[in-house]
Order: sequence, then C-alpha cells, then structure tokens
Amino acid sequence: MSNETQKRDFIDVTGGWLHQLRGWIDARFPMSKLWNEQVAQYYAPKNFNFWYFFGSIALLILVNQIVTGIFLAMNYQPSATEAFASVQYIMRDVNWGWLIRYLHSVGASLFFVVVYLHMFRGVIYGSYKKPRELLWIFGMLIYVALMAEAFMGYLLPWGQMSYWGAQVITSLFGVIPGVGNSLMQWLRGDYAVSGITLNRFFALHIVAVPLVLIGLVLFHLMALHEVGSNNPDGIEIKQHKGPDGIPLDGIPFHPYYTIKDIVGVTVFLAIFAAIVFFSPGLHGLFLEPANFEPANPLKTPQDIHPLWYFGPFYAILRSIPNKALGISAMGLAIVLLFLLPWIDRNPVKSIRYRGALYRALVGAFALTFIVLGYIGMQKATLFWAEIGQRVQELYFLFFVLSWVYTRPRSRGFLVGTFLAVMAVITLFDWLAWDPGIARLKMVSWLIPGVYCVIFLLLPAYFGKLLEPKPVPERVRFK
Amino acid sequence: MSEEIDNSKRHFLTVATVVVGAVGVGMTAVPFLSSMQPSARAKALGGPVDIDISKIEPGGLVKAKWRLKPVWVVQRSRAAIAELPKNAGLLRDPDSAEPQQPGYCKNESRAIKPELFVVVPICTHLGCIPLYRPEPGDPSIGPTWPGGFHCPCHGSLYDLAGRVFKNVPAPLNLPVPRYRYVNDKVVRIGEDPAGSHSSYRQPLIW
Amino acid sequence: MRKLLCALVLLLLPLSLPALAQDEGVTLQHANINLSNTASLQRGAKFFVNYCMGCHSARYVRYNRVGKDLGLTDVQLESYLMFAGGKTSDTMVSAMPQADAKKWFGIPPPDLSLEADSRGTDWIYTYLKSFYLDPKSATGVNNVVFPHTAMPQVLWELQGTQKAIFTTVKNPDGSTYEVFNRLEPVTPGKLTPGQFDKVDRDITNFLAYMSDPIALKSRDLGLRVIGFLIVFFIFAYLLKREIWKKIH
Repeated sequence: MSNETQKRDFIDVTGGWLHQLRGWIDARFPMSKLWNEQVAQYYAPKNFNFWYFFGSIALLILVNQIVTGIFLAMNYQPSATEAFASVQYIMRDVNWGWLIRYLHSVGASLFFVVVYLHMFRGVIYGSYKKPRELLWIFGMLIYVALMAEAFMGYLLPWGQMSYWGAQVITSLFGVIPGVGNSLMQWLRGDYAVSGITLNRFFALHIVAVPLVLIGLVLFHLMALHEVGSNNPDGIEIKQHKGPDGIPLDGIPFHPYYTIKDIVGVTVFLAIFAAIVFFSPGLHGLFLEPANFEPANPLKTPQDIHPLWYFGPFYAILRSIPNKALGISAMGLAIVLLFLLPWIDRNPVKSIRYRGALYRALVGAFALTFIVLGYIGMQKATLFWAEIGQRVQELYFLFFVLSWVYTRPRSRGFLVGTFLAVMAVITLFDWLAWDPGIARLKMVSWLIPGVYCVIFLLLPAYFGKLLEPKPVPERVRFK
Repeated sequence: MSEEIDNSKRHFLTVATVVVGAVGVGMTAVPFLSSMQPSARAKALGGPVDIDISKIEPGGLVKAKWRLKPVWVVQRSRAAIAELPKNAGLLRDPDSAEPQQPGYCKNESRAIKPELFVVVPICTHLGCIPLYRPEPGDPSIGPTWPGGFHCPCHGSLYDLAGRVFKNVPAPLNLPVPRYRYVNDKVVRIGEDPAGSHSSYRQPLIW
Repeated sequence: MRKLLCALVLLLLPLSLPALAQDEGVTLQHANINLSNTASLQRGAKFFVNYCMGCHSARYVRYNRVGKDLGLTDVQLESYLMFAGGKTSDTMVSAMPQADAKKWFGIPPPDLSLEADSRGTDWIYTYLKSFYLDPKSATGVNNVVFPHTAMPQVLWELQGTQKAIFTTVKNPDGSTYEVFNRLEPVTPGKLTPGQFDKVDRDITNFLAYMSDPIALKSRDLGLRVIGFLIVFFIFAYLLKREIWKKIH
C-alpha cells in the first residue's frame, strides 16, 4: 500500500522522534493497535453510495451538540424565572452566543434529519438483517435516547411551546392504569410542569442522557466493527477473501472513507451553515413562533404541536379517538421498528434485488412517514384526525406487508391476508363510528383499501411483482 | 488507465487539505473562546460609577464599588501632601514608573487634584484590602510611620499616595483607576478626563 | 433520474395538502420590511421610543447595541432615544411601572423584544393600522386583527380614526352572524394613508430588527463561511479523487 509508505515517510521526515514517541505510547497503551483495528485496517465494502455518509455526519452532529451544549450551559440559568431571559442573554449579550445557540438548535433538527436518512438506509439495504440485528437495536436505542434528549432540551428555553409540549408529553404517562397519575407527578416533581421540572430536565439533558447516548454510540460502533458494514448490494464481503485474509471487495476505512466522508461532511456543513446563518428558524419549522413568548401556565398556545421530528408519532397519537389506544399505538409504532429484523426475514437484503412491489412498499412507507409528519404539525381538526388515522393504518401495514413478503406466498394466503386486514380496519371504523363524518370515513376507507388491493391482491394474481432478482456474487462498483 | 500514483500531487493535496481544514477548525474555535469574554451585560455592569465627594471630611474617605472591586476617595490634608516627597528614599517606585495609574496621575500625589486621592485599595501582593492608617506614627505600625495604607494579610505598607515601601512583600504601588471630575461634587470612575485619551486601561496588578 | 423524480414527488406532496384545509381569519397585509434599510430602522427606533415605550419595554435590548447596529453615536442615542436619562448600556425598559400598567389595561403590556418573532411582521404591520372606533370598548377602539385588544390606538393622531364595516351573513338555519368586510376612514390624521403606512412599516422594521438583531450581520458571515467551505471542498474532493484512483 503506497499510502502506508507515505505515512512512514512523513514520520521519518519529522526526525524520528515522532516514531519514538509512538513506540513509547504503544508500549503502554494500544494506540496504534486501536487505530489499525478500528480505522486503518477496518475493511469496508468499496461500493458505499450517498446513503452511507449519514453515519459519520451523525457522529459529527453529536460532537457539535456536546460542544455547543457545554458553552450554552456556561450562560444558561435553569430556573423558571431566569431561563427565558438567560436564552435572550445568550442571544444578545454573550459574544457569539447567537451562533452557539443556533448551532445547537439547528443541529438538533438536523440530527433528526440525518438519523432518519441513516435509518432509511438501513431499511432499503436490509442492514438490520442477520447478523446485524443488535447493531440495529443499538441504533434504535440511540434514536429513542435522542428523542428523550430532544424532548427535554426543548423545555429549557422555557417558551410557551416548551412548556406546553412538556405538559402534554408528560401527561402521556397518566394513561398507565393505576400508577399513571402518581408517575406523572413523580416525573414533573410538582402538580404541573414547573421550575422543578425544568431543573431536573436540565440535569438529565446535559448529563444523564448524553452519557447514555455516548455509551450507546460506542456499542453501535463496536457492533458494526464486529460484523462489518453492509453495503448497497447487501452482499457479505467477508465471503470473498483474498489469500491475505482481506475481503476482495473491502478497502481500508482510512484513507478511503475518511477522505470520502470529509467530502460529504463538507457538503453537509455548507447546508448547515446556510440554515444557521440565513434562516435559523426555518420559517417556524426549527424554532416555533410560539416559543418566543415566555411560558405561561395559565394560557395554552392556539395550536400546539411538537417540533417536526416528532410529527409522525404525534400524528398517530392524535388521530386515534381514544386516549389509551392512541398512546399505545404511538408506542407500538416505535416498538415495531425495533422488531424489524424479525418481521422482515426475507433472505435478500438489498432493495436492489427485491421484487418490484417491495420496492414500491418501501417508497410508500417513506411517503407515509413524511405525510404523518406533516399531519402531526397541522391544527387538530376532525379532517386531519381522520386522514391521520388512515395514513397511520398505512404505517402499520408496512410491517404486516414486510412480514407477508418474507417468502413466496400462495394466492390463498395473500387474499386471506387482504380480507383479514380489511376486516380489522372496518371493525375499528365500526367501533369508532361517528355519524357526523360518515361520508369522510367511508371515502377515506378507500385509502387503506386501495393500498391493500395494490400490495396484497395484485401480487396474488401477478406473482412476478414479488419475484426477487438474482443477487450477484460480488458487489457492483460504478 | 491512470494507475500511476502521482506522489507529489497527492502530497500537495494532502497538505493543502490538512492546512485548510486546520484553519477552519481554528476559526471555528474563535467564537467559542470569545464567548467566555465578559458579555455585554458584564460590561454594562462594569460601566463608569459616580461617587459623591461633597460630604467627604478632611482626612476621611468615601468607599464605592466598581467592577466588583472597592474604590476609595481619600481626602488628604495639606500637611500630608507636603510630606509625600519626603518618603521618596523609602519607596520602591517613588516616581510611579510602573503603569499602575493613568498618565494624568503620574505625579507626586498620583492624583488629578492632590487633595483627593482616588485608589483601588487592593494590595498588589495577594489581593487583600489594606487598612487606612493616615495618622503619622500610628502605634499599630511604628513611630516612623508617615501615614498611609497597611495590609493586614502580609504586612505590606503604602504611603498616602499608595506608593509601596521597600522591604515589604508587595511589588507595586496601589492601582489608580481611570477617573474624571464630572463637577466639584462628583467623581466618575472608569472614564478619562475630557481631552486626555489615555491608553491606560488596566493596571499591571489589581 | 427516476429516483430524483420520486424524491421530488415525496417532497412536494405535503405542500399541496394545505389547500384541503383552509384557515379562517383576517388576511394580513404584507409588511414588506427591509432590515438593511438603516434609515427606516432609525426612524422606527424613534417612533418606537416615542409611541410604544410609554407602556412597552424591550427589556432584552440595550441602547448601545441599537446604536452600534443602526449607526448612532452615544450622543445621538442620548438625545434622540433616551428621554429618561440613564446609561447607553441600559436595556430599553419603559418608565411605566408594571403594576400601574396592569391596573390601567387589565394586563401588563407585553415586552416587545421578541414580538416580531412570536407574532410575525405582517401581523404587527396589519395590527397597527387596523384599529376602529368601538364605543363598547373601554379604550373606545377595537382591532380587526386582535379583537378586544387592551391596547388603545396610540397612533390615532397620525392615522386618524376608522370605522369597521361588517356584512351580515345568514346561516342555513336562518340565524345570522357578522363578518368583517373593510375599514373606512372617519376623521383624517396628520398623515396621508401612504405616509402612515411608511411609519407603520418603519416601526415593524425596527421590531423585526429587535427580535433577531444578529440577522443584519449573520448573512454576511454566512456567505464567508460557505465560501470557505467551498474552497475546502475543492481540496478535499481532489484529494478524494486522487486517493480513490486505483479502486475499481
């Protein structure tokens, strides 16, 4: 490897003392060993594409959040009387405080953008499948910890939306039978969200959850480096090794992917900078107008919704006209993602070689998620509740269909599943029948109806739609 | 096929990327480090402070607080002012050569008006506040004492112009802040007199 | 190409949905402000101090920061903006005691430091010109944008007074309700409607400036940061291509 020789050259040029220093450290700490095992001799598939940038970008944002968070904590006051003013103090009086705060607030939103893209990559290339189930689970745990982190961080500016968002989300726990109310009070430490809640959220936001996050990220990376990276073809590169034991389609992470990721990170940073410097609030999407008003426990803002990244789950919560059921459905929506490795057990990993209908299904799932996110940010009207309910049915149908598509199914099985699914949906409609919106309900019934016709009845008669393509032996490159 | 690896090109690009990247990281650090400087609020709170000197008695002093530090205005008698030059041989820095005062106070009495001495009474040794001991021969110090300031922590002594004596631990004279007379009754700490733009911002030690 | 098309459809679909759910309410007029118009901001600051700060504060904003951003010296600040004295490093706090304000208006007048971010500039612009005479109200006026507002029409001398014309609409069941139609002038003010709109715009501009004072400068800095990233990208990309040359 010419690069190795070059590195040696560099160390020799510096007069050998760097070489000696490295030897001194290596005798006491596995520095070179760690570097080689985890980076310089970690062999990654050579065919990574666009979707593979987001892991390292997510890591970069984590660092950004920690660094900016430390500097914000130097000036922020976690008390009900001071919090709002101290944010304005940071924005106006602290040198560069505005930049540090915008980097933190925009960074939080972009963290979710990047994590969602990273997760979607896992879905389209089957990165959660054997042997990467634990890698996926750790990733999902990171996602959940991130949601907790974002939720608690959002209370800290102590604006109207901070306050009422925390009030609504902590109320969710009240639904648990028996202990709900006491649990709610225990979480808040007061009869409603108050300065006491703010103080504990601050402690959790800046110490506890970040520690958990960093730990989980380490586990995620350790699991990744144990099993090796998946790739857009979904082929294990370890199955084709050269005589030196190195995968034929593998290339060392450094320098190939370090430099490639630096290029990707630069593009990302340009987008990040464009938002931070030109539109940090992104028209109310990243900073909500209602949050420029100090928290007022006696007045709820006109329409209250979480920031966009919680939108899809909030839509599911809101669209079911039953408190316990809505909260359970929201929980299930996340739990099902955890279980994905055991739901979709189709041996073909990458979407490239799955049947046409599965590809359409994954596209439809992404669309479902985006539409749910949009609905989650609309005013709570009957219309949006109804549409939300239908789209939410599509969200859950993704998991049913992923399971159905696990292996070739008979016509009878497909038609049977179709009938069963439609029966369940219709039963729900019947139980929650509301004569006031009877027409809307009947028309919107067609949404899951058509969806099921396409994804269940169609393949029953056109089996080719589910047929996988032959998977090549080796990965494709360019 | 471009199989050949052009080492010099690669070397140049590596160095260029590393250098530009390092510049970027360095510039990113600036806002973070700068944010730890005093904020606009700290500066506002540290703005000029007015002291009313109309009620000061001969030989007495008024105390005020400026930038979280004490400021004293001492009324010196004519006799005390006449005594000041006589201390010269006993002092470390009788001519106020060290920049412990603004240029317009670099004189025998270290003041704009000799009868009023404005000082930040913080011992240049380790930051204690000295005691005001104006009486010559004060028994707590000694019969040869000409009057001045005595630091109780480690025994440093200053004369009535805040000039440090030899053979005490403190290295420098007591600091004099920037100040000006708004009128006969008000002295403003933290601003230079009209027309004199001193480059003096802070003493060496305070 | 097909992927791009799919992505485009994915992105555009949510945008077409709002058409399905129409929002009610008064249409706001476009404030049409320009943060880089320093003269307008200076006028806005003067109007703000003269007409708004009797009751409202902007307690997060410092006079000297306004001076720095709007190109005013300390002497100018003291003579044009600071009638109650004080230091230029003070924040813009109204002289009216909060307790009195609460007694007179029922609620204390809100702090206006962040008003433009929480309400929007179009809202402020329209609100300030939408007062109309309403004898039922304690202040004698009401507002189209903010019905039953506790705020009196502070700018009446400049704008004059207006009355609101409502149209009566019949429900299908025969009951009726009133819908706001338009405002009509009653007595003229010192300014023509065009001149008044300009004053209104200046005030709105200044409020927008106060909400996010750094917006004036962050764009310039942003351009430089992005410019730097482009330079870095060129080097990094060339290095990447060089290193990846032999991978096939």
